[in-house]
Amino acid sequence: MALTLDDVTRIAHLARIEISAAEAAGTLAQLNDIFGMIERLSRVDTSGIEPMSHPLGGTQRLREDRVTETDMREPNMRNAPEKQDGLFLVPRVIE
Amino acid sequence: MRADWEVVIGLETHAQLATKSKIFSGSSTRFGALPNVQASAIDLALPGVLPVLNAGAVECAIKFGLAVGAKVAERSIFARKNYFYPDLPKGYQISQYEIPVVQGGSVTIHVDGVDKTVQLTRAHLEEDAGKSLHEDYHGMSGIDLNRAGTPLLEIVTEPDMRSSAEAVAYAKALHSLVVWLGICDGNMQEGSFRCDANVSVRPKGRKEFGTRCEIKNLNSFRFLEQAIEHEITRQIDLIEDGGRVVQETRLYDPDRNETRSMRSKEDAMDYRYFPDPDLLPLEITADAVARVRAGMPELPQAMRARFEAQYGLPAYDAATLTASRGLAGYFEAAVAAFGGDAKLVSNWVMGDLLGRLHEADLGADAAPVTPAMLGGLLKRIADGTISGKIAKEVFATLWVEGGSADTVIEAKGLRQISDSGAIEKIVDEVLAANPKSVEEFRAGKDKAFNALVGQAMKASRGKANPTQVNEILKRKLAG
Repeated sequence: MALTLDDVTRIAHLARIEISAAEAAGTLAQLNDIFGMIERLSRVDTSGIEPMSHPLGGTQRLREDRVTETDMREPNMRNAPEKQDGLFLVPRVIE
Repeated sequence: MRADWEVVIGLETHAQLATKSKIFSGSSTRFGALPNVQASAIDLALPGVLPVLNAGAVECAIKFGLAVGAKVAERSIFARKNYFYPDLPKGYQISQYEIPVVQGGSVTIHVDGVDKTVQLTRAHLEEDAGKSLHEDYHGMSGIDLNRAGTPLLEIVTEPDMRSSAEAVAYAKALHSLVVWLGICDGNMQEGSFRCDANVSVRPKGRKEFGTRCEIKNLNSFRFLEQAIEHEITRQIDLIEDGGRVVQETRLYDPDRNETRSMRSKEDAMDYRYFPDPDLLPLEITADAVARVRAGMPELPQAMRARFEAQYGLPAYDAATLTASRGLAGYFEAAVAAFGGDAKLVSNWVMGDLLGRLHEADLGADAAPVTPAMLGGLLKRIADGTISGKIAKEVFATLWVEGGSADTVIEAKGLRQISDSGAIEKIVDEVLAANPKSVEEFRAGKDKAFNALVGQAMKASRGKANPTQVNEILKRKLAG
């Protein structure tokens, strides 16, 4: 399955990555190389093997349902470029 | 609904889980705090932080799975759902995709006297986003991340519903179930329970589904019904006019009672899910499931059947009394306190109690007349101290002033007159004062008898034992 240039620009857009036409062409070649490797891996017979969702073994540790965090609004907001009334301000977004 | 069309509806419901802390951080989930005071480094997605899963949220998911007869997965996977929005600091939402924690299950609904089973596809754990405020910030949006990371259980049905009434019945049944289980507070105004409806239409008899639209964020049963009704009409009109339905997300506007397109770009829906490398697979052992099962409350359907069998209640009573755990508990406590006929308790709980609770917008747990107080009142009806009518008056007083039925009866002198001499005297006076009614009765008008009973009860200010009044009056009129 080879990608097209359209795929690359679309993925870049979805990931909010700004990419020039020249970069897109280079990225297309690299991505297709990677897909080529994945296709080789796909040829290995994996029937009867449970897919891994994580490279490490083991399972998720759980925490007790307890409130352990305190109000850190002031330090957390110190770097915010714009703020008001305890809110972070961002360029207006309306769908 | 037009007769030659069939509507197909599936619902996705987000139930906010009633945990103290967030799903991946130790921040509080309390509603109504000042903006951003419950947003920790993890909720803000500061560099280097790692999510750690809340055992309480997992327990809620297990409870739900057991209650709907679903498979609780021994192993489920958290995934990243990628999209950009300012109230989603990580640029992805942690959710579950390929392997959710709850698989299958069903919810039974009752519509127009018919039982119907709605199959569930799945229920998965995920985190909520923050809140964007679009007003009053000089052309900018304000972001409050207190809600970011609040645990949600997203419950997805198969496309099993065929009318807005069925969709509403399902949403109500699911709502009462999650509240019953104690896994969600069910507060729809605060957004603790919100539905997305997938709606499509097809000509009757056709097998294939039509193209569906998803209507987002319906946070009341009424809006759910109105939005679906509107969407059905819109789609049928569109098709009948030669157009086609485009798969898209739509937003319901309750002020205008219409839905409008929300996301125009097709690729906005491409979330590029992949397993979250920050989280290992969630393992739920048979032991963990057994522990949760042992702590499960009796479920509404089982309790309804028990109420019919154990207390001899009609199906209607049993269904009404098991509408909430609070009400069911109230009823059983009142039966225990009374020790008499459970149907009498049921009548009072469904009548006076529910009426007043509704009026005051209270839950049964907060009723000023406790089950013990109601039990005490019903004892005095049963032993003939007061009539049912006077008991209503006592109940009203207890509601406002508290105390016990006995103290109210004594203080207000409401004890029923069962002394036959006293009642005879009252009846004699009534007969003397109403010669016309007596004449009418003798002329064969039965209604006149009731008028005389009424007069006698009135003369005793409602305190005369009605059975005795009837007997004595009958005897005197016959004699």
